Amino acid sequence: MSDARLRAQDFRYWLASHRGPLLAVALFVAMFALFVTKHPAGASANVINTAANKGALLAFVAMAQTLPVLTGGLDLSVGSVFVMTNCLASTLMAGTPAHVALGVAIVLASGLVCGVLNGLVVMFGRLQPIIATLATGAMYGGVALWLRPAPGGDVNEDFADFMTGSLHDLVPFSIVVLVGAVVVIWLPYRRSVLGRAAYAVGSSEQAAYMSGVPVARAKFLAYVLAGLFAAIAGLLLTCLTYSGEANALLGGSYTLNSIAAVVVGGTSLYGGTGGAIGTIFGAFVLRTIGDLLFVFDIDPLSQPLFLGVVLLIAVSLGSFRLLKVKKRVDLYR
Amino acid sequence: MSAAGAMFRRIDRALLAAVGCIVVLLIAGALYDRNFLSPDYLLQQLQVASFLGVIATGVMLVVLLGHIDLSIPWVVTLGGMMSTAAAGHQGLAGSLAIPFAVACGFGIGIVNGIGVAYLRVPSMIFTLATNAIAQGLMIVHTSGFAPEDHATPTMHLLAVERSILGIPNAVWVWAAIGAGTVVLLRRTPFGRRVYAIGNSERAVFLSRGNVRRVVVACFAIAGSCSAFAGVLLAGYSTKAYQAMGDPYVLPAIAAVVLGGTSILGGRGSYLGTVAGVVLVTLLQSILSIVQMPEAGRQIIYGAVIIVMLLVYGRGPKVVS
Repeated sequence: MSDARLRAQDFRYWLASHRGPLLAVALFVAMFALFVTKHPAGASANVINTAANKGALLAFVAMAQTLPVLTGGLDLSVGSVFVMTNCLASTLMAGTPAHVALGVAIVLASGLVCGVLNGLVVMFGRLQPIIATLATGAMYGGVALWLRPAPGGDVNEDFADFMTGSLHDLVPFSIVVLVGAVVVIWLPYRRSVLGRAAYAVGSSEQAAYMSGVPVARAKFLAYVLAGLFAAIAGLLLTCLTYSGEANALLGGSYTLNSIAAVVVGGTSLYGGTGGAIGTIFGAFVLRTIGDLLFVFDIDPLSQPLFLGVVLLIAVSLGSFRLLKVKKRVDLYR
Repeated sequence: MSAAGAMFRRIDRALLAAVGCIVVLLIAGALYDRNFLSPDYLLQQLQVASFLGVIATGVMLVVLLGHIDLSIPWVVTLGGMMSTAAAGHQGLAGSLAIPFAVACGFGIGIVNGIGVAYLRVPSMIFTLATNAIAQGLMIVHTSGFAPEDHATPTMHLLAVERSILGIPNAVWVWAAIGAGTVVLLRRTPFGRRVYAIGNSERAVFLSRGNVRRVVVACFAIAGSCSAFAGVLLAGYSTKAYQAMGDPYVLPAIAAVVLGGTSILGGRGSYLGTVAGVVLVTLLQSILSIVQMPEAGRQIIYGAVIIVMLLVYGRGPKVVS
């Protein structure tokens, strides 16, 4: 075969294996284009920055969700870690730059600690991730309430404004942080032994185990990194609101939306396929739906209903693959 | 082996452990407060437990299939709101309030079942979406405010009063639903099929069982149970309010799992679920009488559930 044909074949393979994430990207581009053309202020820096900040919050929580999902697990505590780190950050990020830097480090470390606890319980406790992280999530919610019984907080506003502003009025800084997290954490993880092991475990835990893949460590690391990503989201939220609030409803809605974003972004809930980059676009798609409802003047009271219907349609779209199933027995696991 | 030994083996370990934990909690409660073991207080606990028990019944059926129902919070709320709305509606007879609410929950359950069984969407994400839709419908219905309508006398009677033998009617209702579930699971082909699907859908399909119909039926029952629990809760507090179902997801799933039902499906007994429900309710009750701030209660609640699961809910080690 010639080089060109080989390359074409490679490309087709790449396209087929990344269909989900690519669909999410296309959907986002189309929807966002519609949003900015319809928005009264157009594609101004302010409009884009606001959209970026809102999307990045969900994107980080959803990235946190992606890692356990890839191993065939689930982390129902990501929303609680997000809220807890928000409460912690609102007590630690005041004062001089040195104080702020120390605060940021402590907040990220606290996210890692939550992740370690989840990982220990799931991996070495051998508990089902759904129920185990539901329980640890309740604990983190309790810690959030203990840190901040009433909403409030004191945040260094220069730092907060920098984190949520735009570089040269052009690139939203939250997007820079997002890209940074992908380049510094996700890509190296994806290529590392434990990252590839996570995919293997998600495809077939038994086959992975029999092939000598470090199953335990791969799962453990997935939950630990999930805690870290959720903590980054908590930091961003603190910078956006200048305060912290132990809002259990907010945590719950972020957890649920993170699962939706993972699915819309092309990652299978059964594990083994997908990735964080698709998830990021999945999160932005979900947030842009809300924005579109706003610019199309949908009655605010019926917006949640619209969101629900769109979500239902989005998750049902995957059923088209059923048409390709030839033997009915293959439908059943 | 003696008959007693055989009997002992039939009672599963999880049930024994759950009952053991209940005894420990009762003793701990009695040590803290003498009134804890008074019949009146315990009956009150059972009354509160019965609301959770009705929800957990549906959750258990779905979990036995190897699925999960995350639409509980807003289907419970929908049940409460629809019953009070029907009660307040001029053209409708008050007696229609309960059937109407349960029918609404049944409808959402059917949608869940179709999505999971026919469209093959993972139950976790599909029920999440129907939960969002139920929430959206209720926000449109109430315009975001607390509804003005009140519960009917029948709902109040079912949820609060004690008509027979001084035992709360809610407990009788739960007992009736529970007895029906036990018969359904243990004495009907349908029940056998529920367990079989939880173990291997494919095997059930190949032995000519109608997998899809059973899955849809289980989700429909689960939706009806959640909505009916909403009716009872509305009767208990005389009103329906936004997000009234939110505090019931974690306890319901925890109760089912602590009762020994495998979250992967195919294994579990209703008696275990009853023990799990009582266990979770007692735990919540003890944490509320020990005057501790909400933060501490949540931390202990989560920690205790983890510890209990570590004691007897661990999965098998992967060895091959």
